[in-house]
Amino acid sequence: MDKKQLKKSGGEPLVRIAKREGVPFWKAWGVRVIAVILALIVCAIFIYLVTKLNPIQVYKVMLEGSFKSKYKVLCTLRDTALLLGIGVALAPAFKMRFWNIGAEGQVLMGGLATAAVMVYCNELPAWLLFVVMLAAALCAGAIWGLIPAIFKSKWDTNETLITLMMNYVAINIVLCVTNLWRGEKSSMGTINMHTKAGWFPEIFGYRFILNIIIIFVLAIAMFIYLKRSKHGFEISVVGESANTAKYAGINVKKVIIRTMLISGAICGICGFITVAGRDQTISTATAGGYGFTAIIVAWLAKFNSFYMALISFLLIFLENGAAQIASAYSSLNDYAASIITGIILFFILGSEFFVNYRFVFRTKAAKEVKG
Amino acid sequence: MMTLVAWINRAVWFGTVIMFASLGEIITEKSGNLNLGVPGIMFIGGFAGFAGAYYYENAVANPNVALIVLIALLCAFVAAGLGGLIYSFLTITLRANQNVTGLALTIFGAGIANFFGVRVLNGGTSVKATFANKVFTAKIPFLSKLGTVGDMLFSYGFMVYAVIILAVVIHCVLYKTRTGLNLRAVGENPATADAAGVNVTKYKYVATCLGAGLTGLGGVYYVLDYGYGTWSTANSIEALGWLAVALVIFATWKPLNIIWGSYLFGVLYWLYNYLPTILGITIPPYATQLIQMVPYIVTIVVLVFVSFRKKRENQPPASLGLAYFREER
Repeated sequence: MDKKQLKKSGGEPLVRIAKREGVPFWKAWGVRVIAVILALIVCAIFIYLVTKLNPIQVYKVMLEGSFKSKYKVLCTLRDTALLLGIGVALAPAFKMRFWNIGAEGQVLMGGLATAAVMVYCNELPAWLLFVVMLAAALCAGAIWGLIPAIFKSKWDTNETLITLMMNYVAINIVLCVTNLWRGEKSSMGTINMHTKAGWFPEIFGYRFILNIIIIFVLAIAMFIYLKRSKHGFEISVVGESANTAKYAGINVKKVIIRTMLISGAICGICGFITVAGRDQTISTATAGGYGFTAIIVAWLAKFNSFYMALISFLLIFLENGAAQIASAYSSLNDYAASIITGIILFFILGSEFFVNYRFVFRTKAAKEVKG
Repeated sequence: MMTLVAWINRAVWFGTVIMFASLGEIITEKSGNLNLGVPGIMFIGGFAGFAGAYYYENAVANPNVALIVLIALLCAFVAAGLGGLIYSFLTITLRANQNVTGLALTIFGAGIANFFGVRVLNGGTSVKATFANKVFTAKIPFLSKLGTVGDMLFSYGFMVYAVIILAVVIHCVLYKTRTGLNLRAVGENPATADAAGVNVTKYKYVATCLGAGLTGLGGVYYVLDYGYGTWSTANSIEALGWLAVALVIFATWKPLNIIWGSYLFGVLYWLYNYLPTILGITIPPYATQLIQMVPYIVTIVVLVFVSFRKKRENQPPASLGLAYFREER
């Protein structure tokens, strides 16, 4: 295409694309906000064409999904925190360009370890029980993160595939163990129903507050770790180029293994929070696909904890909203959430192009040359 | 013996689903695009093909065999191709991150298919395209009556054989023609290909959309043959899609390896269902789930083994996952 245009215009193409340097903060975010608004308009058109419902009304109902009652707000915050937590876990790995698609499995293993401690050690004093639960979840997640890291650092084995496969291994382990635990019953049921041993306590009279606090601390810690510590610097150098890192005297293998230990361990903590602080049981749905969604969160936010929180909130808001509209309108169903989420993600992904590049028109370019 | 034949049948059906998807993904990845949207595209293709066939056979009194095949395949191919087009536009023209775009496409595709799927179900849990299922599972006449051999080799629908031919054709195109050479060059080093006069953007677009279309055919085969022609709310398309992505790496990006690789995945995937019967033992349900881990563990082991040997021809296309920007060389 470029060639043809070149011929027609006698050298200079009509439009060419150039990289933008130093985009001002407000401009970059302006582009992203416009992208989200455009996406909402496209979704509105879609909703209208398929269901003939008034899209504005539908969006109003969506808002109710997250904000109608105190409990709903709390649930929104809880789920946002969980998604953010997994995003925080993935951030160092992805910054290192280590494709950890296995958060789902790492969270599940952390959750399973937590559940196991709740089932077998429920006689322990409360504080000790929590310590053991946390330690078990941390180790389980870290091991699940460590295995692909070892293969990657030793033989450069494709980590995308191994982490993906290990999700399924984890799912089957959970199925197997829950099968053993439930015995003749049809489902696992709630663990320690009567003693409430190992359940997160209510804070200020509300559940889930502790979940949110833990993840908040983790997110801040990760922000500092990536931005201010030597480890964080090493991670970004390895991510840019493994060869540069080697040349600079960084032990790449060590960085890969250390980072994946951290990544897996935080996923394990997320599993711990989910089981002890939300479900009080374990199933294959414990991670609920957040392991994949969190990859999008981490990437779009460029591994910045605060942006990750923002994007997590947006995605959870959409999910809750779609559940609300599905129950309010018979012509819509839960899956509308995935469509709307998909469209918004497409627009945000596409908008990065307009943040990073600009169009240079021919006349303007000619002036630049003269000037 | 009966069990063994049944196992092989299952493995071949399963293998055919992921073979279509993997072949599509190979073409895509050869152009340097790593499309993690395979499960979503399979969903789109599967649903579009099913919907086309279902509405056609309910609309006319005497559905035509050739026409229903054409409608199902065309709907699946075009719809899935459109999914590929979204991915192409975002990653090639707008240079968005390929992995994230792929994952978003998986969410989107599963959403689209299930959203309209629920409307087709109309409150029920499953609907069946009876005629289309009959056409897609029609066995080869005469040959399929040849006892065990017939059952094992000739008792499948036409797509099972078509996909094998397709794999060979793709192999020949990739390694024996100028087009294939250009495509591989684009995936290995787009700057060099560009300098040699290859239209990088065009190759990437066509390869990605074509690959997505083939992946969609895997989806329609899943619904109309492997899934007995029924559309239901709970299906395992997503897991199969990820396995297809895994198979591409497993087969080291070679179409001919995909043929045996996909059947091997099929055999391993259904191991839990048939092996105990063959061995004449009953195993408790929790152990079944441990056996279900086998295909994934085998994949990991093979992958580690392949990377351990580290042969040059077993490497992925060099620029896989990277956007090409001419001005940034």
